[in-house]
Amino acid sequence: MQLSRDTLLKAYRQMSTIRHFEERVQEEFAKGGIPGFVHLYAGEEASAVGTCLHLSPQDYIASTHRGHGHSIAKGCDVERMMLEIFGRKEGLCGGKGGSMHIADLGQGMLGANGIVGGAPPLAVGAALSAKTLGKGTVAVAFTGDGGSSQGTTFEALNLAVVLRLPVIFVFENNEYGESTGWRYHVGSGDIAARAAGFGLPAVKVNGDDFFAVHEAAGEAIARAREGKGPSAIEIETVRFFGHHSGDAQRYRSREAVVKLRGERDCIKNFRTRVTEASLLEKSDLDGIDDEVASLIDRAVAQARAAPPPEDGALLTDVYVSY
Amino acid sequence: MPEKSIRQAINEALAQEMRRDPRVVVIGEDVAGGAATEGERDCAGGVLGVTKGLFAEFGDARVIDTPITESAIMGAAAGAAATGLRPVAELMFCDFLGVCFDQIFNQAAKFRYMFGGKARTPLVIRTMIGAGRGSAAQHSQSLYHIFTSVPGLKCVVPSNAYDAKGLLIEAIRDDDPVVFCEHKLMYDLKCEVPDEPYRIPFGEAAVVREGEDVSIVALSRMVHYSLEAAETLAREGIECEIIDPRTTSPLDEEGILESVEHTGRLVIVDEATPRCGLAVDIAALVADKAFAALKAPPKRVTAPFTPVPFAPSLEKLYIPSPERIAGAVREVVRYRR
Amino acid sequence: MTDPSTGSPITALTMPKWGLVMSEGKIVAWKKREGESVAAGEEILEIETTKITNVVETPQSGTLRRIVAPEGATLPVGALLAVIAQRSASDPEIDAFVAGFKAPEVAEEGAAAAEAGPRAIEAGGRRLSYFELGQGAGTPLLFLHGFGADLNSWMFLQPALAEGRRAIALDLPGHGGSSKEVGAGDAASLAEAAEGALEALGIESVHLVGHSLGGAVAVLVARRRPDKVRSLNLIASAGLGPEINAAFIDGFIRASRRREAQEALSLLVHDPALLSRRMVEDVLRYKRLDGVSAALEKIAAEWFPNGVQRVGIAEVAANLPMPVQIIWGREDRIIPVSHAERLASRLPVHILEGVGHLPHMEKAQEVAALLKAFIAA
Repeated sequence: MQLSRDTLLKAYRQMSTIRHFEERVQEEFAKGGIPGFVHLYAGEEASAVGTCLHLSPQDYIASTHRGHGHSIAKGCDVERMMLEIFGRKEGLCGGKGGSMHIADLGQGMLGANGIVGGAPPLAVGAALSAKTLGKGTVAVAFTGDGGSSQGTTFEALNLAVVLRLPVIFVFENNEYGESTGWRYHVGSGDIAARAAGFGLPAVKVNGDDFFAVHEAAGEAIARAREGKGPSAIEIETVRFFGHHSGDAQRYRSREAVVKLRGERDCIKNFRTRVTEASLLEKSDLDGIDDEVASLIDRAVAQARAAPPPEDGALLTDVYVSY
Repeated sequence: MPEKSIRQAINEALAQEMRRDPRVVVIGEDVAGGAATEGERDCAGGVLGVTKGLFAEFGDARVIDTPITESAIMGAAAGAAATGLRPVAELMFCDFLGVCFDQIFNQAAKFRYMFGGKARTPLVIRTMIGAGRGSAAQHSQSLYHIFTSVPGLKCVVPSNAYDAKGLLIEAIRDDDPVVFCEHKLMYDLKCEVPDEPYRIPFGEAAVVREGEDVSIVALSRMVHYSLEAAETLAREGIECEIIDPRTTSPLDEEGILESVEHTGRLVIVDEATPRCGLAVDIAALVADKAFAALKAPPKRVTAPFTPVPFAPSLEKLYIPSPERIAGAVREVVRYRR
Repeated sequence: MTDPSTGSPITALTMPKWGLVMSEGKIVAWKKREGESVAAGEEILEIETTKITNVVETPQSGTLRRIVAPEGATLPVGALLAVIAQRSASDPEIDAFVAGFKAPEVAEEGAAAAEAGPRAIEAGGRRLSYFELGQGAGTPLLFLHGFGADLNSWMFLQPALAEGRRAIALDLPGHGGSSKEVGAGDAASLAEAAEGALEALGIESVHLVGHSLGGAVAVLVARRRPDKVRSLNLIASAGLGPEINAAFIDGFIRASRRREAQEALSLLVHDPALLSRRMVEDVLRYKRLDGVSAALEKIAAEWFPNGVQRVGIAEVAANLPMPVQIIWGREDRIIPVSHAERLASRLPVHILEGVGHLPHMEKAQEVAALLKAFIAA
């Protein structure tokens, strides 16, 4: 499928935004000022963007602890995300969620999730809403190679098949569950095949290739919209940073990471592909990069200067009604 | 006014709310039953028949049978609640909390706070509690204190059919996650229940019996055991005031304190285990806020700190009895500094 | 029963049954001591009911020989509370009477009707609930309750007024067991409903007793159907002046919890200690029903917009062709007693001292006597 120039520009802008955002969060984290810890998505951009380009704000996604990329791809406001990561009052969640709980229900973003395997049942629920209320929308559960071994994920896969729900399970296999290699912790060595065992179509795609992801996600999402039930996609991808910011990464060498950045960069691959095919000009892409860089500059400056939540916020929003 | 059992009251509340609001769905294991069998659909209607008949009226899109998959039921219900449905999810026995707690307390209960007040999670979890049916250690617990301890959850523990209907309707219309605890031995207990839908506000204790001498705070089946004890004690000249909090979260602190200030004595009766439970919670509340009114130390009557035993003789010993309650009341009445 | 040796009566004072739901009562206080002389009709003890604490009158002159039920005791309807006899009756005779006393299996006449509870009629396409007691050739009587109340308001009066006639207590639209759909909820629509009820109950001729909002409804029914209405008895009636306690109306509508309801209801009576917890609970049970808040809000908006009575029918009431009497509590905190006083030169007005907005409950015996006498005249 040939993508329109607008779609390509949008895809690149989103991937570039995620990359700039994550590189900068890493920098700012190192400088100090960001509380807690952050899990960075750089390297996996094609997965979030290739999938979410098929979604409208009425469709839902449920994300992972590594959720910045999904949030940006699903349309969350980048400046308010940065405010949230800094724990600020004007953050997307009022400074009460932080990096691991960025959510924007208005954009169909059901939340990053601090619990590995926490999200798939929630996405099944969003799909149940869609089906029961006849909304014609779909839900996507992002999880990783680690989450693929959680019981909640297995239960979610089965329930989605049993109820024939419009949900897509995206397994982002970035090769590590924290510091453990996926070939150790995925017993069968094949996440897609394991998902298929639940009775749903499952494919494996190269996450370095935006176009492959986009095509596979498009098929699965169209299938869900047509009422044909759930699907699964295993996306073979890489993470450029450690499990979390500050991870010493003793499980892999610096050289290996440099090599990954050189050979398995989905954004570089995208640039090469679209410029070689003369779909976009290099100047188009560079222009986007510049705009994104200044957006992130602005977001960081603003977040650093912004006030924290008021003390009273400690006690609010536990319940809708007390 | 017609008399209805707790089973009928809950069934009627569900049916009336499902008629009123198409977003209300029932989801759980065997809530209808009989799918893909040679037998009949809706053969179960819940293991004790509480949801029986809903399937015939509302069909499989709104009375949703699931696999044996508590995590997915709770998680899907939470996700559905955050995205437009108002699910009433069944956790058959509260003991099964062990296989799905994450979806309840890390997900549903925290959405609103974590997301800065933007989420609404109108989820009801119906679950069975209680010993006394020979169901042993994994099907007999009263775990409402666990739900009560989680900020973001509300917890309802009704003791009669009138309260069950009004509190369940309130739970379904509430925009927060509510755990609704039904005692498995009380489904046939009847009282007058209006045919019309009605709501009982959360956090409003019921004064089940008025008395001057001792306040008994009791929940669920223990309300009835306390009433039995109170009848015995009345013949001895001891008048008990029985307070049924009805909801443990929110808790009607004011109602409990008001009663203790009136009587000066407190006995708390709880079918759950003694550590970190409601009895401790209420005793601490009264010690903190009504110490001056107390004529005797608050007394707790609870299950022992053991799992629920199987042998009927042991199970009978496990559950607080009217005799034990009466004994505790006599003790606080006789207490002299 | 008589004392066999003297032929003088030994009388059992038993737990009365007031209204529909009373199955037991609690002895609040004895107003006479053992050995004291008592005259028929004198107040002898106070009993707490589902509504308020009510007084029991001495059924028979004599001596209060034995108090069987101590203060604080809760006893079923029909249970022996005390024995009244002449001084000449011996203690062993009294002992034997107490020992031999059996509570009647089925309480007096009307028990069957009470067992059956309220019934319903269709009037104006709406379900109206009513409770009927009594039979006989006497002109029937219809009770119309006030804002937020129901047919149980008349629990103390209805049995007394049902001697020799049908005495019917109606639930107005939006109230009690009646449909919670109140239409326009205005004066005309409530009067139409009451008139429809008379029609449906086959009543050609009627004495009307109305309290508060129900009083104004009664006036309107009398104006529409002077041919049917034999007498009009207005208790703390609405419609006779502009003032009304807005804090009560708002508080009553808003109350969803016990403490709020108690606060609002305490405005109704002169002595709030008389209100039973059960009355508060019953009000809450009613108010929790779907549709009730909307019904009450609508009626209040039509009748009492901005805290002022919109329906003004004092002139109508004063000029009706049938006899009209007015009964009011001096301490009424909902509608001021001045509304009654202004009509005193034109209509018979009875003002009861130490009574709030609920004379028919606070001084049930006196009000019953006033009604009986007026209807008989």
